Amino acid sequence: MAGYTEEELAEELKNQEYKFGFVSEIESDKIPVGLSEEVVRIISAKKNEPEWLLDYRLKAFKIWEEMTEPEWAHVHYEKPKFQDISYFSAPKKQYESWDDVDPEMKATMDKLGISMDEQKKLTGVAVDFVMDSVSVATSFKEKLGELGIIFCSFSEAVHDHPELVQKYLGTVVPSSDNFYAALNSAVFSDGSFCYIPKGVRCPMELSTYFRINEAGTGQFERTLLVADKGSYVSYLEGCTAPQRDENQLHAAVVELIALDDAEIKYSTVQNWFPGDKDGKGGIYNFVTKRGICQTNSKISWTQVETGSAVTWKYPSCILKGDNSIGEFYSVAVTNNHQQADTGTKMIHLGKNTKSTVISKGISAGVSQNSYRGLIHIGKNATNARNFTQCDSLLMSDRCGAHTFPYIECNNNSAKLEHEATTSKIGEDQIFYCQQRGLTEEKAIGLIVNGYVKEVLNKLPMEFAVEAQKLLAISLENSVG
Amino acid sequence: MMTTVLSEKMQSFLDGFPTPENSLQLAAYNRLIELDFPTTRDEYWKYTRVGKISNSKYTLPEKSIRDLSIEQYIVSDQFIVIENGLVRLDLSQFNSSEFNIDFKDAEGLSELADFNANLNNEDVFTQLNTAFFDEGIEITIDNKAVIEKKLQLIYVSNGDAVLANNRLFIHAGKSSKSSIVITQIGESGENCFNNLVTEVIVEDNAHFTIHKIQSDNDSNTQVATEQIAQGDNSTFKINTVTLNGLLVRNNINIAVNGQNCSTYMNGAVIGKNNQHVDNHTFVDHRVPNCYSNENYKYVLDGKSTGVFNGRVVVQKDAQVINAYQNNGNILLSDHASINSKPELEIYADDVKCSHGSTTGQLDEDALFYLQARGISKKNAKRILVSAFIGEVIESYEDETITELIQQLLEKEHGWTF
Repeated sequence: MAGYTEEELAEELKNQEYKFGFVSEIESDKIPVGLSEEVVRIISAKKNEPEWLLDYRLKAFKIWEEMTEPEWAHVHYEKPKFQDISYFSAPKKQYESWDDVDPEMKATMDKLGISMDEQKKLTGVAVDFVMDSVSVATSFKEKLGELGIIFCSFSEAVHDHPELVQKYLGTVVPSSDNFYAALNSAVFSDGSFCYIPKGVRCPMELSTYFRINEAGTGQFERTLLVADKGSYVSYLEGCTAPQRDENQLHAAVVELIALDDAEIKYSTVQNWFPGDKDGKGGIYNFVTKRGICQTNSKISWTQVETGSAVTWKYPSCILKGDNSIGEFYSVAVTNNHQQADTGTKMIHLGKNTKSTVISKGISAGVSQNSYRGLIHIGKNATNARNFTQCDSLLMSDRCGAHTFPYIECNNNSAKLEHEATTSKIGEDQIFYCQQRGLTEEKAIGLIVNGYVKEVLNKLPMEFAVEAQKLLAISLENSVG
Repeated sequence: MMTTVLSEKMQSFLDGFPTPENSLQLAAYNRLIELDFPTTRDEYWKYTRVGKISNSKYTLPEKSIRDLSIEQYIVSDQFIVIENGLVRLDLSQFNSSEFNIDFKDAEGLSELADFNANLNNEDVFTQLNTAFFDEGIEITIDNKAVIEKKLQLIYVSNGDAVLANNRLFIHAGKSSKSSIVITQIGESGENCFNNLVTEVIVEDNAHFTIHKIQSDNDSNTQVATEQIAQGDNSTFKINTVTLNGLLVRNNINIAVNGQNCSTYMNGAVIGKNNQHVDNHTFVDHRVPNCYSNENYKYVLDGKSTGVFNGRVVVQKDAQVINAYQNNGNILLSDHASINSKPELEIYADDVKCSHGSTTGQLDEDALFYLQARGISKKNAKRILVSAFIGEVIESYEDETITELIQQLLEKEHGWTF
């Protein structure tokens, strides 16, 4: 290490390119840019969609046209020009078998570390890989099929299980919910559909990797996950994206439905391109995620957010059924010029409903990181219980950490606790570590890991390892 | 969507009021007609509907010589009585040598440096006050003056549907130490709206305290705005107890402009019937090395609703700030509700900021414990409630005021500590 100073290390880290930033060149089937009723019709036609889905899209488009972009979030960015975005792009070829898959696409998957073969053998994770907008390969489908579990791309589900899709689509996030949900409902390209039948415990973690690949295409993912009575599923969603200079819009909608006694565990690691160190480029991530809990059911959201230039995301639970439980565990890291406004909504409607919210924010560079959460206790939510803890860690003197909790209580038997702290890493803590031979960078890594452990522990093991690495990469060179 | 069309609501609200002549008031009036009353779509009015105010037809107050029964509310031998926003010198009693008190109209007040300077001109209610106040009170505390006695301002609402706008401008001189008591009470009549604006400048090294006791009539509404600017090494305290009033909104905005300042805000709300009490506080830490502490307690019964919105902003480079917020709520009845929103906005890194908010009910075990010792459930509840808000009441640090609070509590809620 002689001659290699910390300054050099810092310089090296600063100039380090985004590790997962690459573009694979695959022919794409694009439609002209812009958004109109015509485009909605083209998207629907290209995907051979049934009449009812086209109607659903058109209705949503009408609603979207009436709406204006929300401005209440604590983020500032240049509004996407919705008429300059291409709303559909699908890899041209459709594949019969894994062998037919474009070698280049296979290579992309390899770079992502999700080689199908390896995954099948080693990890026992079924991957529904979304390359741009159309799912190209799904593994373990048969194995899941034996249990009656449906796990496929959204378009497949529309054709093969229209009754399920029609029954649940838009029941948790209606098209009129918000600007981006309406946009998504009108132009969603593809996504994942998952149905766990009654009493089935899904034997493996279901995983989908989303990837934005085509320059200039926004991704409008739609995920619908239904856990029927007494079932259990753990679902993973992870994202990496190629480096881009122009801002890309991502407006996904995720709907979870937990019927009586069901449990859904939904984990996300989000690492989209956050823009370079000058705040140029980066993904706009405007996501609506919501789950509804029926009697005795449970939905648990765990998220590690390290990417995106602008994040606007509030995974929520509607605790409709009695005795239902909602959980939200989040680590949100912002560095450089990133901005995040994220949190959760716990809507308590049923009796004896419980929710736990643990949110850990880390801000570095000149980033802005906000927690915005709502705890609503309805009139009939007798004995509702909530515990909320949101902590913020400040890593530089130019960044911001904000907390906007909304606590609404309309029932006198509810017990609600909320606490938030904001502070920086103590100099004494760093000094202690340094005394024991750790570098400053390593000391901070250690402290940060301890700080977020509570949340990372909630992730499935393989995800937790990935998340820890991501945190380290995201916070490189952020020592304030 | 911004529109330049005058809001009908504002037009009909202002209908019949004279257009002010003074330039300061005219400017506020012109600003006012561009604004509209806040709705629940406005972030800082999300939980408070002002329809009761905006839909009412108020009259401006007239000077009266009626007798007022204020005897029971007096806690100091220095007091000024203000009826419907107009000063009643005949009922007041004060000795000008300690607090320098001047009564001025808008013309007079606008000549003062810093008057009206810090107010938010987007805020409808402060503009309304500026446009229509007839009488203002200027209170100056000399540099280095240490005044033991408290000056009490007794605001009395009297009559039907009167819009009372009083203006208070306080200048606490360097190294001075003093405190005032603001009591809001209702005499007779109903549907009055008290719209009070208080500006306070706390100079370097000064200590200044405001004790507020709000216990207006059942049907009266109130919006009270306190705008405070703190200089270096100063200490500012404000205690607010709200016992009655149909709709009470307190806006406390504190700009901490000087280093090494301390700021304390305490509040207690005891709600009943269909009362609505909304406390908004905003501490703006603009410079380093300051401390702020906030503690608000709500006990809500009947169909009452409470709103707490505490906002702390630590600006860029305002390092070494310790800011604490605490909000505790107890709902006594099935129909009471509370909305709590403690906010932290931090743009500096060397800070220690925290907030806590709890909502719950009286501890069953504690109730049982007391009942097991022969205390009736009703009294046991009172004991626990007293203990809960006791720490706020203690912050008044004055037995006479505490007694007044007890007395009002007895009158409005039928019990005492």
